Amino acid sequence: MRARFVAGKVFGAFGTLVFVLVFNFFLFRVVNDDPTGKLFRGRNLSQDQLDRRRREFNLDGSKFEQFIAYLKQTMRGNLGDSFLSRRPVTTEIREALWPTIALVGTSTILSMLIGIMLGIAAGWRRRSGTDVAATSFSMFTYSVPDFWLGMVLLAFFAVKWPWFPTGGFEDAGSTATGFSALLDQAHHMALPCITLTLAYIGEYMIVMRSSLLDTVNEDFLQLARAKGLRDVVVRRRHAVPNALLPVVSLSALNFGYVLSGAIAVEAIYSWPGIGQATLEAIRGPDFPMLQGLFLLLSGSMILANLAVDLLYSLLDPRVRGR
Amino acid sequence: MSDVVKTQTTTFSPRSFRWQRRRAATVDFWSRFRGDRLALFGLAVLLTFIVMAIGAPWISPKEGLSAVDSIDNPTWATPRFDYPFGTDNLGRSVAAQFVWGSRVSLWVGLSATVLTIAIGSAVGVTAGFFGRWTDATLMRLTDWFLVIPFLPLAIVLASVLDRSLRNVVLVIAITSWPGTARLVRAQVLTVKQRLFVDRARALGASRFHVIRRHILPNVAPLILANVTLAVPISILTETTLAFLGLGDPKRPSWGKTLEEAFNAGAISRNAWWYYLPAGAGIVIVVLAFTLVGRAVEEILDPRLREGGL
Repeated sequence: MRARFVAGKVFGAFGTLVFVLVFNFFLFRVVNDDPTGKLFRGRNLSQDQLDRRRREFNLDGSKFEQFIAYLKQTMRGNLGDSFLSRRPVTTEIREALWPTIALVGTSTILSMLIGIMLGIAAGWRRRSGTDVAATSFSMFTYSVPDFWLGMVLLAFFAVKWPWFPTGGFEDAGSTATGFSALLDQAHHMALPCITLTLAYIGEYMIVMRSSLLDTVNEDFLQLARAKGLRDVVVRRRHAVPNALLPVVSLSALNFGYVLSGAIAVEAIYSWPGIGQATLEAIRGPDFPMLQGLFLLLSGSMILANLAVDLLYSLLDPRVRGR
Repeated sequence: MSDVVKTQTTTFSPRSFRWQRRRAATVDFWSRFRGDRLALFGLAVLLTFIVMAIGAPWISPKEGLSAVDSIDNPTWATPRFDYPFGTDNLGRSVAAQFVWGSRVSLWVGLSATVLTIAIGSAVGVTAGFFGRWTDATLMRLTDWFLVIPFLPLAIVLASVLDRSLRNVVLVIAITSWPGTARLVRAQVLTVKQRLFVDRARALGASRFHVIRRHILPNVAPLILANVTLAVPISILTETTLAFLGLGDPKRPSWGKTLEEAFNAGAISRNAWWYYLPAGAGIVIVVLAFTLVGRAVEEILDPRLREGGL
C-alpha cells in the first residue's frame, strides 16, 4: 500500500516533468518558431551568418527531429549556450543559485516563524486587538507589489538614510575573506531580506490563524480545559500541534518557490541571483537561458509538490488510505 | 426570501416569475452587501478609480504622456500646482501617467479576470459534467498547470509572444485558470447529484439544456464570487510583468511607470513623487477589490453561507 502510494506520486511528478519538457519545447520552438529571426531582427546579418546561428540552435530539420534532439540534449544535462554570455546555461544558472537560495531561503524561514507566531496569537484570541491588527497587516502586505515595497525601503533606508548598501551581493572590489566577508554579505542581504519577509509573512499568518480557528472548538480542547490545564498549555500542547498541518504543507510548498520567488525584488536590489538572471534573459531576449530557467524553476516546484504529498502521508495517516 | 414565496402564488407566467425572482435576489444581495461597511468603502474607492480611468482624456490630455510634447517642461520637478505629482526625467507629468495608467491597469485586470474565469469555468463544467475520461484528461492538464510556478510561466509566455496588451491579458489568463477550474468542477459535481437534474434528464432534456438551465445557474454565484477575488491577482500580475519589461511598451500602466521610474534612477535621486503614486494606486485598488470580493464571497459562496446550498 505504502509503496504503491509513493510510486504513484513519483510517477505523477515524472509525468508533470515530461509535460514541462514538451511545453518548453512548444513555447520556444513552435509558438516562437524561429528564435534566431526574432533575436537578430533589424541587424544586418548575412544569410551565411544566419544559417550558422540556426545550426547552432538545432533549428534544422522537422519539428519532430528538433524535439528529439532537444530531449537528447536535455537528458545529457546540456541546456545550450546563453545568447548573451555565450557560456553554457547550466554554468550561468549554477552561479546564480547560491545568492538566491541564501536570500529567499532566509526570508522564507524568517517569515514562516514570524507568520506562525502571529497567526497563533491572532487565532487564539479571535477579534482581539492582536487579531484585527495582524489580519489587517496581512491584507495590506498582500496588496503591495513586493518590488514596490523594495523600492520604497531602498529609497528610505539606503538612499535617504544610508544605513544599508543600495544593492549587490558584497562591496565592489571587496577583498575581505572569512567572517568579515560574511558580515558584508549579510549587510547587503538585510534590506532585500526584510522586503521579502514582510511580503511573505501574511500568507503564513492567515493559514495558521484559520487552521487554529478550526481547531478551537474541537472536543479534545474542551477536554484539556476540563482537566484544568492552563490556557498556555492547552494552546501549546493541544491546539497548535494539531493546527500546524496546513502550515507545514504550505511551508514545504513554498520551498519550491525559493528559486522563483524573488525575481522582481532581486532586480531592485541588483542581487546576483536567479531573478536577476531571469531579468537579463528577458531583456536579451536570451531564449536558451529562459528555457533553462523555466525548466529549473518548474522542476523545483514539481519536487516541492512531491515532497508535500509524501510528507502529508507521513504526517496524516488519513491521506494514505485513499 | 419571503418575496419568492409570495410571487409563486400570485404570478404564473414563467418569464415574469423568473424576473421577479432575479430582482428579489438582487435586492437581497444588496441588502446584505450594504451591511458590510468596509465593502461599501471599497466599492466607493473602486467607483472613483473607474470614473478616473474612463474620464482620463478629459482629466488629463494625452499629450502629457509624450516625451516630445513635454520637451519644454522642467525635468524632475517636485509636485506643484501645474504638476500635482511632479515631472519625470523627460519632463512628463507623473499625474498624467497616473491617470492614464489606471486605465490600463484596471482594463487588464478586469479583462484578464473575465478570460481566466471563462476558461476555468468552461474546463470545470466540462470536466465535472461529463466525467470519466474527459474529467481525467482535463484534471490532469489542470494539475500540470497548477504545479508549474505562476510567474516563470507568465514570463516565458510573455517573452515568446509580442509585447501588447492583448497578449498580457492572454498570458494572465493562461497562467491563472486552473484554480477556477478546480473550484467550478467541485461545485458542478455536487449540483449534478441533485434531483432536479435527474428530473430534467428524465423529461428528455439534452445535456446542453441541462448545463445551461440547471448547472450553470447554480454554479454562477460561486463563479461571480471568484471573479471579484481574481481581479486583484490579475492586477498584481500585470504590474509585475510590466515592471519586468513584458508589458505593452506603448501603453502606460502603473507597473510600467514603476519600471521607468526605477530605470530612470528615481530612487537614487529621491524622486519619491515619481514612484509613490503608481505603487499607492495599485495598493489602494487591490485592497478595495479584496474588501469588495470578501463581502461578495461571503454572500454568494454557498460553502460560507449557513445552511449551504
